[in-house]
Amino acid sequence: MAWFRKSGRKQLETSDSDLWTICPSCSAHIYKQEWEAGLKVCPKCNHHARISSTERRDLLIDSGTWREYAAHVTTSDPLLFSDAKGPYKEKAAAAKTKTGLKESVLTGDGKIGGIPVSMAIMDFRFLGGSLSSGCGEKITLTAEHAGRHRWPFIILSASGGARMHEGIISLMQMAKTCAAIARLNDLGVPYLSVLTDPTTGGVSASYAMLGDINIAEPHALIGFAGRRVIEQTIKQKLPDDFQTAEYLLEHGFIDHIVNRKDMKEFLHRVLQYGKRR
Amino acid sequence: MALDFEKPLEEIESRIGELKKLNEKSDVDFDTEIAALEKKLRSTSKRVYSKIGPWETVQIARHPERPLLRDYIQGLCTEFLELHGDRCFGDDQGIIGGFATLRQHRVMIIGHQKGKTVEENIKANFGMASPDGYRKAMRLMNLAAKYKLPIVSFIDTPGAYPGLEAEARGQAEAIARNLTDMSTLPVPVIVIVTGEGGSGGAIGIGVGNVVLMLSNSVYSVISPEGCATILWRDGSKAPEAAAALKITADDLVALGIVDEIIPEPVGGAHRNMDATIESVGDVLVKHLRRLKKMSAKRLIDQRYDKYSKIGRYKKK
Repeated sequence: MAWFRKSGRKQLETSDSDLWTICPSCSAHIYKQEWEAGLKVCPKCNHHARISSTERRDLLIDSGTWREYAAHVTTSDPLLFSDAKGPYKEKAAAAKTKTGLKESVLTGDGKIGGIPVSMAIMDFRFLGGSLSSGCGEKITLTAEHAGRHRWPFIILSASGGARMHEGIISLMQMAKTCAAIARLNDLGVPYLSVLTDPTTGGVSASYAMLGDINIAEPHALIGFAGRRVIEQTIKQKLPDDFQTAEYLLEHGFIDHIVNRKDMKEFLHRVLQYGKRR
Repeated sequence: MALDFEKPLEEIESRIGELKKLNEKSDVDFDTEIAALEKKLRSTSKRVYSKIGPWETVQIARHPERPLLRDYIQGLCTEFLELHGDRCFGDDQGIIGGFATLRQHRVMIIGHQKGKTVEENIKANFGMASPDGYRKAMRLMNLAAKYKLPIVSFIDTPGAYPGLEAEARGQAEAIARNLTDMSTLPVPVIVIVTGEGGSGGAIGIGVGNVVLMLSNSVYSVISPEGCATILWRDGSKAPEAAAALKITADDLVALGIVDEIIPEPVGGAHRNMDATIESVGDVLVKHLRRLKKMSAKRLIDQRYDKYSKIGRYKKK
């Protein structure tokens, strides 16, 4: 939920020269060109930096096959919420301007290696990828769309959790999206979940954990409660690898950790098994 | 224990108590005085309680003397056969459940259990359930589906337990699984928020055909204190956050989340436990009768529609 708290990992900063990028994890200096060509993954330590929903789409979907779905859905303000910094409406408007998106998730359909799929790609840049009524609605509509066409459904998560500014309506999106996933299960439509950094709170406690196959990017932060809240509750330090993709793999909650550059091929391999027969 | 805004009531109550004692001991008759004070108590209660805001409601919802799940079971059920364990790891005490006969209706009851004493609260982890609790609840709900028993789910939790073990055993997965599996249960599911409806910890057993709330209970995506710390950067702004989050029963009916409010007696559930429990029983039976007539398919479809409607986007 605390998506705007600064995480331990610093975001990438461009160095003065604009030629170099500094890896936020190992501080290695990397040529910007090499960094972009490497899909924003550090060649030294394999740190996977956060990337946008459109970048993810372009990495995974066959070029020229993407059609956006439920594109009309944007933020709403059901509580007329306002906090110390002013109205939520203004905050949402600023997020739209900054990202060019209408909500925290990009939804649509396209092909992966020729196999048609529906996809929802969360975008952390939009209010921390928070789950809101608009986000829940887009995911639900797209899941229903996938069900009608019997297309496999893939969600790529990147979220701090529920969007507080929409209060209980946000919380209920957990139930709404999970009910839509249950319908896909009943229809026998494959549903794959890709968990990227970070996937926490209400998103981890709903659709992100429910894939037929759960796949994560290396070192992604994945968990329910925030690290600080847990430390305050149990009054002890947590292990360094706590709530990482590797920790979740070890504890049986994800199937595979897959490097960004291999993700499309991996999804394609899995999709072969989920083909209608 | 009296809450700050209840102090005027506490004073009148203690004077009534003193006069009643005197009445028994002495020959002097204080009946008129007592009657006058009781009248004053009623009018003061009404006045005090009509003025309370969301933050005061939070205090009432958390009141340690409010009826807890075991009180409702004792007051409403002729039999409760508690069932134990999640068949994976343990028998969480933050969520309990079992077969129950609720005013002649055979049902499955599940719900959060807080404690009244320190010992009870430690055992129940203050109503904060672990993954084992959510998995036990789902196991019992699946059993109810097999035996075609309606499910009544009582919600009263500050939230799901934020702990190392809870994360290691998959708190997120356990809640997510319940949300999915509850959506397709072929039996009636009645959800009632009796105290605190704390975020994912609440919705994790809260997907129902009907959602009820006691009039002084609250239901929220985050605690007002947590929200204030993050959005106001100041935990003491919890009253402001409580108002902004729209967490009272009235707010939630207006937002289309809650179907019916069960009014508490004047002065709150903690001042009249028996009357509260009776009202809860009446409303539960009313909905049990209604939902029992619905087919499995209709129950599943109605539940799906109920949640898919929440936050449905309307073009402006």
